[in-house]
Amino acid sequence: MARVALTSEAAEVLRRLLADHGELMFHQSGGCCDGSAPMCYPAGEFRTGSSDVHLGDLAVDEFVVPVWMSAAQFEYWSHTHLTIDVVPGRGSGFSLEAPLGIRFLVRSRLLTDEEL
Amino acid sequence: MVQYAAPGQPGSVVTYRDRYDHFIGGEYVPPAKGGYFANPTPVTGEEFTEIARGTAEDVERALDAAHGAARAWGKTSAADRANVLNKIADRIEANLEALAVAETWENGKPIRETLAADLPLAVDHFRYFAGVIRAQEGGISQIDEDLIAYHFQEPLGVVGQIIPWNFPLLMATWKLAPALAAGNAVVLKPAEQTPASIHVLMELIADLLPPGVVNVVNGFGVEAGKPLASSRRVAKVAFTGETTTGRLIMQYASENIIPVTLELGGKSPNVFFSDVASQRDAFYDKALEGFTMFALNQGEVCTCPSRTLIQSEIYDSFMGDAVERTKAVKQGHPLDTETMIGAQASNDQLEKILSYIDIGKQEGARVLTGGERADLGGELSGGYYMTPTIFEGDNKMRIFQEEIFGPVVAVTSFSDYDDAMKTANDTLYGLGAGVWSRDGSVAYRAGRDIQAGRVWVNNYHAYPAHAAFGGYKQSGIGRENHRVMLDHYQQTKNLLVSYSPNALGFF
Repeated sequence: MARVALTSEAAEVLRRLLADHGELMFHQSGGCCDGSAPMCYPAGEFRTGSSDVHLGDLAVDEFVVPVWMSAAQFEYWSHTHLTIDVVPGRGSGFSLEAPLGIRFLVRSRLLTDEEL
Repeated sequence: MVQYAAPGQPGSVVTYRDRYDHFIGGEYVPPAKGGYFANPTPVTGEEFTEIARGTAEDVERALDAAHGAARAWGKTSAADRANVLNKIADRIEANLEALAVAETWENGKPIRETLAADLPLAVDHFRYFAGVIRAQEGGISQIDEDLIAYHFQEPLGVVGQIIPWNFPLLMATWKLAPALAAGNAVVLKPAEQTPASIHVLMELIADLLPPGVVNVVNGFGVEAGKPLASSRRVAKVAFTGETTTGRLIMQYASENIIPVTLELGGKSPNVFFSDVASQRDAFYDKALEGFTMFALNQGEVCTCPSRTLIQSEIYDSFMGDAVERTKAVKQGHPLDTETMIGAQASNDQLEKILSYIDIGKQEGARVLTGGERADLGGELSGGYYMTPTIFEGDNKMRIFQEEIFGPVVAVTSFSDYDDAMKTANDTLYGLGAGVWSRDGSVAYRAGRDIQAGRVWVNNYHAYPAHAAFGGYKQSGIGRENHRVMLDHYQQTKNLLVSYSPNALGFF
């Protein structure tokens, strides 16, 4: 079952970031300020471990961008499907897209009974 | 009603420069790579200044300046450092109105908050740490008649501090005051959403500080924050922000074996027991105000009381009054002294709040008031305004579990004490909480049973210096606002001294 997806606008941003930084990853943040938003890093920059859940992979051309979330957070999110979108703005944190004047954002929907 | 003129406009008490460089070694230094980024005000969405776009080269230069200054600063007497902090406080106080207007223009928060809270708290915070460093004492432990352990506090050296955008000047103060009091030199990176007001402050206090003791490098997190947080040349990193970035900063710190302090937010429960409504008196009025505190600073507070739990027998009547109280929150121009709620700090923040309104509705939560973007007309149409929003739902919903960082409260009911504690603690976070009851023993027990670092009892959103502030669970590590914060900026040096003239007899 697919838990994550990508808008075409976000895919376009990822193409640019892939060209500049190589392989990428997402980790969905909780917490204050720029939390509750997906953070995009060079692959391997953020160490995931047994306290994380691999939600799925986003396909961008020939690249695969994995999406992660902390396992504790996933317990509260597991009934929703996440689509990574992008909006104008300036997220803080160390996410790679911020200097472009844009910020990745998660749009959510409930998973259907069939999906669950 | 008074409406302050915007910075730079005729009659304004403050003017922003057209451009700000980095503040390094006591002077303004252009960015090594020559880049700048535009800084908009959330009040109108218009750009009002441009800011140096810092990179690793700028961070290195700031670290050079800080290392050049750290030793001498660390050797100054506590009295001298306290004097500097007191003078900074006096300077802020003497320019309070100008700094308040600058901060409101930068962040979007209403001027009555910057005038009455942000800046007066910053003044008091510098004075508090001026006081505690004078009063701090080392220790002497007599191990035996001839062996004495002396304990001294020594500064860490050069520390890195990454500041959030919700209270740009106050959060910088929370981190700067203890670090400077303890004798450290600082490289500070403001948030890229609010990079300018700190420079209004630095220009006011630059002459009070030896060059290099405080250095400000602006820029984006990935370009300037990361080189600072991962540097081998900092002895500690302090960060306020989100959990994933907090984890990343801990990972960098683990590579360098240095400590971190982290404040990572919360989903703070505000618990109202039924006896609050036993009378319609001043206390009931105070409790309703306590409910409405979710709108303070547009909800952009790590301890926003974003989950409200109300005992079922008073739920309907209390919520009726609470909705009325919330509808009376006056939204308007942030520079108008009557305005109670201003602009969200950035467009992406507003978009994120709206995305949570969407999932809240999908999950079946009911909007009791608000729930939409506000268009205030005229020049404010370009700003980022959100109506104060009350959701009614269930604690398992995502709007009850995630920090929206907007003026959005999720409300549910509880049956009894145990039910209240179960729901209050059903969260990943533990930064703040509120407990409201006329029964002192109920309030006390609840305050002790809620897993959070700060529990307000019969009040909310007070942040005095001398009351420790920090998180349980995933809300972070460390305690700010209190003398214990000195421990996070000091080493303990032990001199173990023998006064015996005799050999041990081992060799």
